[in-house]
Amino acid sequence: MQSQTIDPAKTALNHHHAATTEAHHEEHPDHRIFGLIVFLIAEGMIFLGLFGAYLAFRATLPAWPPEGTPELELLLPGVNTVNLIASSFVMHNADTAIKKNDARGMRTWLAITAAMGIIFLLGQVYEYTHLEFGLTTNLFASAFYVLTGFHGLHVTIGVVAILAVLWRSRTKDHYNSEKHFGIEAAEIYWHFVDVIWIILFGLLYLL
Amino acid sequence: MTQAQLQETANTPALNEEPGIRKWQDYFGFNTDHKVIGIQYLVTTFIFYCMGGVMADLVRTELRTPETDFVTPEVYNSLFTLHATIMIFLWIVPAGAGFANYLIPLMIGAKDMAFPRLNAVAFWMIPPAGILLISSLVVGDAPDAGWTSYPPLSLVTGQVGEGIWIMSVLLLGTSSILGAINFLVTLLKMRIPGMGFNQMPLFCWAMFATSALTLVSTPVLAAGLILLSFDLIAGTTFFNPTGGGDPVVYQHMFWFYSHPAVYIMILPFFGAISEVIPVHSRKPVFGYKAIAYSSLAISFLGLIVWAHHMFTSGIPGWLRMFFMITTMIIAVPTGIKIFSWLATMWGGKIRLTTAMLFAMGFVGTFVIGGISGVMLAAVPFDIHVHDTYFVVAHLHYVLFGGSVLGIYSAIYHWFPKMTGRMINEFWGKVHFTLTIVGLNMAFLPMHKLGMMGMNRRVAQYDPKFTTLNEICTYGAYILAISTFPFIINAIWSWMYGPKAGNNPWDALTLEWMTTSPPAIENFDKLPVLATGPYDYGLEKAKEDVPLDDPNPVLSGGPNSVLRAEPDPKVAANPEDRK
Repeated sequence: MQSQTIDPAKTALNHHHAATTEAHHEEHPDHRIFGLIVFLIAEGMIFLGLFGAYLAFRATLPAWPPEGTPELELLLPGVNTVNLIASSFVMHNADTAIKKNDARGMRTWLAITAAMGIIFLLGQVYEYTHLEFGLTTNLFASAFYVLTGFHGLHVTIGVVAILAVLWRSRTKDHYNSEKHFGIEAAEIYWHFVDVIWIILFGLLYLL
Repeated sequence: MTQAQLQETANTPALNEEPGIRKWQDYFGFNTDHKVIGIQYLVTTFIFYCMGGVMADLVRTELRTPETDFVTPEVYNSLFTLHATIMIFLWIVPAGAGFANYLIPLMIGAKDMAFPRLNAVAFWMIPPAGILLISSLVVGDAPDAGWTSYPPLSLVTGQVGEGIWIMSVLLLGTSSILGAINFLVTLLKMRIPGMGFNQMPLFCWAMFATSALTLVSTPVLAAGLILLSFDLIAGTTFFNPTGGGDPVVYQHMFWFYSHPAVYIMILPFFGAISEVIPVHSRKPVFGYKAIAYSSLAISFLGLIVWAHHMFTSGIPGWLRMFFMITTMIIAVPTGIKIFSWLATMWGGKIRLTTAMLFAMGFVGTFVIGGISGVMLAAVPFDIHVHDTYFVVAHLHYVLFGGSVLGIYSAIYHWFPKMTGRMINEFWGKVHFTLTIVGLNMAFLPMHKLGMMGMNRRVAQYDPKFTTLNEICTYGAYILAISTFPFIINAIWSWMYGPKAGNNPWDALTLEWMTTSPPAIENFDKLPVLATGPYDYGLEKAKEDVPLDDPNPVLSGGPNSVLRAEPDPKVAANPEDRK
């Protein structure tokens, strides 16, 4: 295209208007955080739909959980809940660190968050293998597995996102105090997953 | 926008010596230009519309006679299921997104959508989803539980087809959520300086309301479909009464999306009509704010009325009262829109272009559909005609007489902008006449059929309904025929039509202030807003730049509200203004 005829010094601001027609399609950083939040509203509505369905099943059945459902152990999921809430604070530290240009600190905090996420998932798998009911035992059991499983999927995505950010931060100066969208996005997502778990824990284990 | 961005936009080199002309190959690949994506959406969905139309005509052919003599009842069930699914999820909903993709950045003076790659991803989910859905016919186990897929029926009939249906609808739902995110962020963050929400064109308002609605309601359908697929595949019993499940919960989840979906299907075209009517009546739009805010009111009310589809599902009486009243209230914002359009036309210099004819047809037929909707909102009446052809008549008046006429109106209105050429008006009018005649012939008798008691979704019926059914069937054939003048006209005009110029309708919204078709980055210079988008005949709009200016983006188009007063900083450097 004609960009070659333009003196690059004059167009320092539109360096991304490179030769291809695709090149101008660079996303604006402020929009990305906003877009992520809008996306999480949609995600939240999926969970809200599932929670609503759960409450509706609960309301229509005479006994809940249906008779013969073994009691849920609270210790492991309780510890897991504390672990997940704590990981949100750890994740926040990573964000604070990079805003102070402390890349090393950021990587440490990210690694700890990912580890805590993996511990959560392992705890969930352990719980699944030790529960005395299966997916099709009764309505409560089905809802339990589908809801926690769907949340687990989101935790997995979160862990993958954090590991991806960690992977990319190996390159020197990939993230700095000015440019850290990836970390911020992973953090917001991680908090979202955390909040959903708190509601889920309340619904399934405590209510 | 910050000063830096302003500067950046102003500095953008003119990318278009051949303005906006793209190679045809560009439309067959992954492209992130919102204009290419918009046209990809429109053409793809139109192809699906034709497929859905063929299925509709097969259904009507079966119903021409009372006996099942054309297809087997099983095939018939699949045909009406696929017809509805295709028309809703693969035609009307994504066609609205197609116009939004094409028009929103142009109308708000942006270079592209906020997330161009996400935009392309959202589009490229549609063809696979459509192919997946139609492939179920080849598998020989097409979905046949109706487009609502109510359990337990959907769990006991064709398993493979049902699974395909769920996957396809989930994919299309994801696509429309991603689209909605893009529209919302673009509308909220990328308007040119000086364009507040109350200077935004009405189509943008409508898309804002639609996207908000999509964002909130579609995920709930996804949740319902996730549970349904577990029932189907993993043997859970969420919706299966034999295992303690509750099928009514599915209905709630389904209609929490699918009722708002009717507004997702109509609001974009309310918006498009609100653009067409003032332009072709040469009058300022009457009640700009009323039209704009009523879209938001419709979105909000649309979210709280879903159970009016379930009056006969055994929900409690007080709940039926609540849903009856809220449903009827929707007639208020809708009526506000209708009267605002009529008042816009009142005393205007109406140009009977094809776009305007379709817009007027839209208003007329939509009113019929709206009135039968208010009738259906009344619980006693709904119980009487539930699942009869009265409902079919209502929904076709709204979705065909509303949405499809709206789509056609929008196509005729923006065709010159999209292709750079005028579409033939004579054949457009032939198309319009055939469509209006076919539409009323096909759907008007259905009101009577429903009142007489003919059930929907049946392949066989009492011989006393034969005459009316024959009329409906011939109407459906006319509708099928009506698309041919359109398709041929559109293709021919796209290739050989007279050059359109930048602003053939003398419109005032921003998309007409750039070349036709628009350059790759839409505007050479950031446009400057002087008056509102619909100020026809007002002093400020009158004193504008001369007609037939060869370079409208730099100096404003005919009757333009725009003067590209160069940014003072840029003006200091004349090299940059070339």
